[in-house]
Amino acid sequence: MLKSKTFLKKTRAGGVMKIVREHYLRDDIGCGAPGCAACGGAHEGPALEPQPQDPASSVCPQPHYLLPDTNVLLHQIVSAWRPGTWASVASSLRLPGSLETYVEQEQGENANDRNDRAIRVAAKWYNEHLKKMSADNQLQVIFITNDRRNKEKAIEEGIPAFTCEEYVKSLTANPELIDRLACLSEEGNEIESGKIIFSEHLPLSKLQQGIKSGTYLQGTFRASRENYLEATVWIHGDNEENKEIILQGLKHLNRAVHEDIVAVELLPKSQWVAPSSVVLHDEGQNEEDVEKEEETERMLKTAVSEKMLKPTGRVVGIIKRNWRPYCGMLSKSDIKESRRHLFTPADKRIPRIRIETRQASTLEGRRIIVAIDGWPRNSRYPNGHFVRNLGDVGEKETETEVLLLEHDVPHQPFSQAVLSFLPKMPWSITEKDMKNREDLRHLCICSVDPPGCTDIDDALHCRELENGNLEVGVHIADVSHFIRPGNALDQESARRGTTVYLCEKRIDMVPELLSSNLCSLKCDVDRLAFSCIWEMNHNAEILKTKFTKSVINSKASLTYAEAQLRIDSANMNDDITTSLRGLNKLAKILKKRRIEKGALTLSSPEVRFHMDSETHDPIDLQTKELRETNSMVEEFMLLANISVAKKIHEEFSEHALLRKHPAPPPSNYEILVKAARSRNLEIKTDTAKSLAESLDQAESPTFPYLNTLLRILATRCMMQAVYFCSGMDNDFHHYGLASPIYTHFTSPIRRYADVIVHRLLAVAIGADCTYPELTDKHKLADICKNLNFRHKMAQYAQRASVAFHTQLFFKSKGIVSEEAYILFVRKNAIVVLIPKYGLEGTVFFEEKDKPNPQLIYDDEIPSLKIEDTVFHVFDKVKVKIMLDSSNLQHQKIRMSLVEPQIPGISIPTDTSNMDLNGPKKKKMKLGK
Amino acid sequence: MAGLELLSDQGYRVDGRRAGELRKIQARMGVFAQADGSAYIEQGNTKALAVVYGPHEGMGQGWTQGSQLKGARGRHMQDRERKTGGFVLEIRGSRARALPDRALVNCQYSSATFSTGERKRRPHGDRKSCEMGLQLRQTFEAAILTQLHPRSQIDIYVQVLQADGGTYAACVNAATLAVLDAGIPMRDFVCACSAGFVDGTALADLSHVEEAAGGPQLALALLPASGQIALLEMDARLHEDHLERVLEAAAQAARDVHTLLDRVVRQHVREASILLGD
Repeated sequence: MLKSKTFLKKTRAGGVMKIVREHYLRDDIGCGAPGCAACGGAHEGPALEPQPQDPASSVCPQPHYLLPDTNVLLHQIVSAWRPGTWASVASSLRLPGSLETYVEQEQGENANDRNDRAIRVAAKWYNEHLKKMSADNQLQVIFITNDRRNKEKAIEEGIPAFTCEEYVKSLTANPELIDRLACLSEEGNEIESGKIIFSEHLPLSKLQQGIKSGTYLQGTFRASRENYLEATVWIHGDNEENKEIILQGLKHLNRAVHEDIVAVELLPKSQWVAPSSVVLHDEGQNEEDVEKEEETERMLKTAVSEKMLKPTGRVVGIIKRNWRPYCGMLSKSDIKESRRHLFTPADKRIPRIRIETRQASTLEGRRIIVAIDGWPRNSRYPNGHFVRNLGDVGEKETETEVLLLEHDVPHQPFSQAVLSFLPKMPWSITEKDMKNREDLRHLCICSVDPPGCTDIDDALHCRELENGNLEVGVHIADVSHFIRPGNALDQESARRGTTVYLCEKRIDMVPELLSSNLCSLKCDVDRLAFSCIWEMNHNAEILKTKFTKSVINSKASLTYAEAQLRIDSANMNDDITTSLRGLNKLAKILKKRRIEKGALTLSSPEVRFHMDSETHDPIDLQTKELRETNSMVEEFMLLANISVAKKIHEEFSEHALLRKHPAPPPSNYEILVKAARSRNLEIKTDTAKSLAESLDQAESPTFPYLNTLLRILATRCMMQAVYFCSGMDNDFHHYGLASPIYTHFTSPIRRYADVIVHRLLAVAIGADCTYPELTDKHKLADICKNLNFRHKMAQYAQRASVAFHTQLFFKSKGIVSEEAYILFVRKNAIVVLIPKYGLEGTVFFEEKDKPNPQLIYDDEIPSLKIEDTVFHVFDKVKVKIMLDSSNLQHQKIRMSLVEPQIPGISIPTDTSNMDLNGPKKKKMKLGK
Repeated sequence: MAGLELLSDQGYRVDGRRAGELRKIQARMGVFAQADGSAYIEQGNTKALAVVYGPHEGMGQGWTQGSQLKGARGRHMQDRERKTGGFVLEIRGSRARALPDRALVNCQYSSATFSTGERKRRPHGDRKSCEMGLQLRQTFEAAILTQLHPRSQIDIYVQVLQADGGTYAACVNAATLAVLDAGIPMRDFVCACSAGFVDGTALADLSHVEEAAGGPQLALALLPASGQIALLEMDARLHEDHLERVLEAAAQAARDVHTLLDRVVRQHVREASILLGD
């Protein structure tokens, strides 16, 4: 193998240093075209299509490959061209290392020019190379660049070159592709007024200087949901934790979009403003509205008291854009035949986006996805391009898709690469699988799950040993046996992080073959498991703990109800039933002990929809029922998790993946304490134990639901539990479970954290080998970060899905009146909970175009006095629930007060003359 | 340099090599006339020079001192040894020893002040140099047939002119050639190579950039014919499951080095025999 070498010399600032690096140019990189005799299959990785499908381009009729330059690639990859033509991306890999296409930087040539030249050389090489390959099928490489000079040079050198736009326009078969092109062309924006609206963004180098010297502050830009002219920037500083800066007015926002990382400059104190309480939505259609907007801005600033002023700033530059494709709807332009339209994202924090499309009429009334391409200084709105059509508004599939996209839940079908790592069917346990595994098939193991569960990841057994002690086993599906570290399947599940359960759908973390078949511990088949086996005495004290990989054969898959029935019925005495009874007995002791230690039993109103089996429309709601068997399974899962957490932390003190639940700051409890006091109850919050005890004692004979309400309220005071890497944190405590250490081990089918924990445990007991990422605490911390994000998003998506189904339910149900309890009292509204539906909503008492009723809010009690009626927390009220579909994009549940009756506020009980757009606008909060 | 990609998705390293590939090796023997044996080697940008003196009468500080004095002290020491029943007394410095049953291998390592990116202050005598000298000595005591030259000493001096990763390996390879050039009988070539472990792949012959990234690295000196290991050193954490693979990568690289060195030696011998008129 021939190697030649060159020296690259570099100097670094701060003392001149000569760095000599070798670079080996290779002569064995294949062109990637299959059947190329010259390269002889030297190419590895993705290959070019053997015969590029003819995309019927009018500028280039013969079959060809495309060679996009880096800028085109970066900006247009989302354009979703046919995969076949894109295969030439592989060719750019050739650039740096190949002998024939190496390009030395010339004197006076900058790095960009050199790159351009290198790509041109590669294109030329490809053309000559392909010509050699076959004389008959005239394959050609077409160079795509948006840089005019680059294109001219390429044509000069005899390379067929086009701009992206030219090429896509010429694709006669797919005229709609042009819509998807990111509009970056400099000359394309002739319609825009030349007037410059925004000040220029400073270059990154200047921003970094400014941030270092303290003139600018770096933070995350968060647009306001209520007011499009206002935003806050969260400064991520080390000492001044979470400082917030207010930005007001279009010019000060300076083209920042929600979630961008920006640099802001503080304004002098004289220009500071207070956050306005006005709700403002961007409704302007015209470009010339800028002056009008300035007026509104001025209006915002009036009438604020001195002490309300907050630090105010303006955006001077963008450090990192965080644009993603946005879901929303098209607001069709008033001008007929116009191709430019405004797009209104579903998320109110995102500005409207101007897109160019010829399909406006077909896209109207549909949910579409649009990506932002840029925001020029002279444009009121950012420019974007159409990406995808999701479907009609209100359709269940479309809305599900929207909520998945908006919550960033990866839900595409698994790719071929991922599926290729699945075991081949028919699958059976081989000799090799049995290595390091214990055969537990003779044990009487059973699983207990909710009805209809297909991904069974845990199973249990309990038997009496000869010495009189009990042997209890928790058997968890051995997912890590199938998902090997580092392969595409592993990467995809790590990315998904968790299975997302929506009302009518499940978005799997692992392909169905694993989740519902090979990993699922179904009854009467041999399955691989990871077992945690304890020897306990009859007092539920652990005498011995053993972890082992195993093979099990579950004897029964029971539902909670079935298991309960077996335990309760006196005339069943088979092995499974005795096993269950033993487990149940131990679980009760364990639970008692856990509660004594101060574990919290909290409550949240959970509902389950009864779905129509054919239309999948919700027909009824039911709150979840809890049985003894639920807590039996839960108790052993907790025990297994804690045992595993101890073991992996003992073995890997620096890089065990654990889960913690921080204790909430005392201020979080204020609302709970105040609410309880208004009912003459005392809630102690100094420790988890005293909280648990005082919650237990907080009973009212006349008001049995009060305790549940208090528990619901207490849940709201809690912090989020998070995954973390033991080497990066010192506080391991799990507040809610009152355990000094905790992790997730028991649901590897639906949580990726458990897969990692399985791997750690397998290494700890010597059943599996390790790999470098597993013992790298920084990589582990990254995984934790992603998992925490995915779990949060999955939760939000679940809630949004429940909210959407609630809407569907009330749509079919019409208007109903229900009893409700007040959960919170706000300045101008009350938040109520309807126990029957587990539904929470806000009843507003203030209206824009109506005279405001007299409201007196007392923060101390807290209470709200409207006219003559006083509302306290936990008061029982009656509300009317209906669906408000006046805004197509944001349908919502409205609630209005029925009882107690307040003249002018509450609505009459008879529903005959309901006016949906009437005085009481009630909102259902989605993300609460 | 955070986020530096040591191994690309296509399997290429920073400098364009694949995982198991060596850097370009160029070597010459007999570069100095006054030494008994000498050699120069370039492994990529790592350049090392080795000279060998001996075997000569065992003792003394080395070739810089007058041989008269050395001889006198040597005899004196042998006398003392006899009296103490073969137990070696140290006279001055650790190098001045002679063994009754085999030759003493004395190794000194130094690296030129200009060998690294930032200029070094001390060319030799620092901890790293001493340690390297010790390692070289262990390596060559295992390879040279020392029992053929009792009570004598073999001095190996190695200097690194440019350090770009794998200095130990370059030193061993240079010294092997120099020892061969001196005509000192050895069991086999000693061929050394380093190996590292990045993203689940074992990389052979690490360059400075790869070493500086901070992953585990292993230095191996191999006697290729027998497959015996003369020295194996690693000073980072690596799980034992991966050790075998890294070791195999280093061993394979060392065998490749052997092929190259063998070619150099044969070429040298051919040229020498032409000069001698055979």
